[in-house]
Amino acid sequence: MSEPDRTPALHDLGGAERFRCTPVEPDEAPPDAFGKRVDALRQLLAQQGLMTVDELRRGIESIPEDEYFALGYYERWLRSVAMLMVEKGIVAEADLA
Amino acid sequence: MAAPPRPESIALLDKLVAALSAKGIVTEAQIAARQAITDKASPEIGARMVARAWTDPDYFDLLLRDGHAAAEEMGATMAGAPPLGVLVNTPTRHHLVVCTLCSCYPRALLGYPPHWYKSFAYRSRAVREPRAVLAEWGTSIPDSVEIRVVDSTADFRWMVLPLRPAGTEGWDAPRLAGLVTRDALVGVALPKAA
Repeated sequence: MSEPDRTPALHDLGGAERFRCTPVEPDEAPPDAFGKRVDALRQLLAQQGLMTVDELRRGIESIPEDEYFALGYYERWLRSVAMLMVEKGIVAEADLA
Repeated sequence: MAAPPRPESIALLDKLVAALSAKGIVTEAQIAARQAITDKASPEIGARMVARAWTDPDYFDLLLRDGHAAAEEMGATMAGAPPLGVLVNTPTRHHLVVCTLCSCYPRALLGYPPHWYKSFAYRSRAVREPRAVLAEWGTSIPDSVEIRVVDSTADFRWMVLPLRPAGTEGWDAPRLAGLVTRDALVGVALPKAA
């Protein structure tokens, strides 16, 4: 039996070494119009029972590593929401191409 | 700084909204109305909750027993939000809130989280070296005070009830609320009387 892989998942950042020496940027930046629109859309879909916070997280956490760290915060949300809507057959992949 | 969204993300959002609208699932008006509700949430409600808890023992009890009810009593809209827990600072214990896995934050109460709360640096370092992170805010917690870092989750959100600062004896709740910042509600800062 092989040893289980104990490498934390990508999003599991608690204590991660890679940011050990990175100061916390005191950036207040409220979401821009794009971010607020993604957030409002996510809330509406959740209210209608079309997605949950846990599904949102699963979608975000499945973004490949290079993209996860390159995309903006609400861009990661949007990726996840779009993926979930296609996965559930609510919109067609072709609609988003 | 947070980078602006790339053009392909803006295009994807427009296409997604168009596709959902075509199915009658969302309208632009609903999106605007939902955004207006979120825009209205503000740390000011949290500040008034803290000030009242400092001055009204019954409210303090309610706050610890039922965070949602205590928040709604002060004007927050908590329907659909995860439960709200309250972390009471004491002379020997300070609390700091983080979400290491994502960015869970009591949005219904405090509004949109600031960019730094969602940053990779804050998420990774808050649990490893909280005192160093707090020092970056100019917040110094004596070594004799334990720091308890609490991880917010998708299913449970937290706010800190800071210690009432010395020198505020006799102040009324509105004046006290003026001392309580969003950062104090997350635990990266302390309220100070002047």
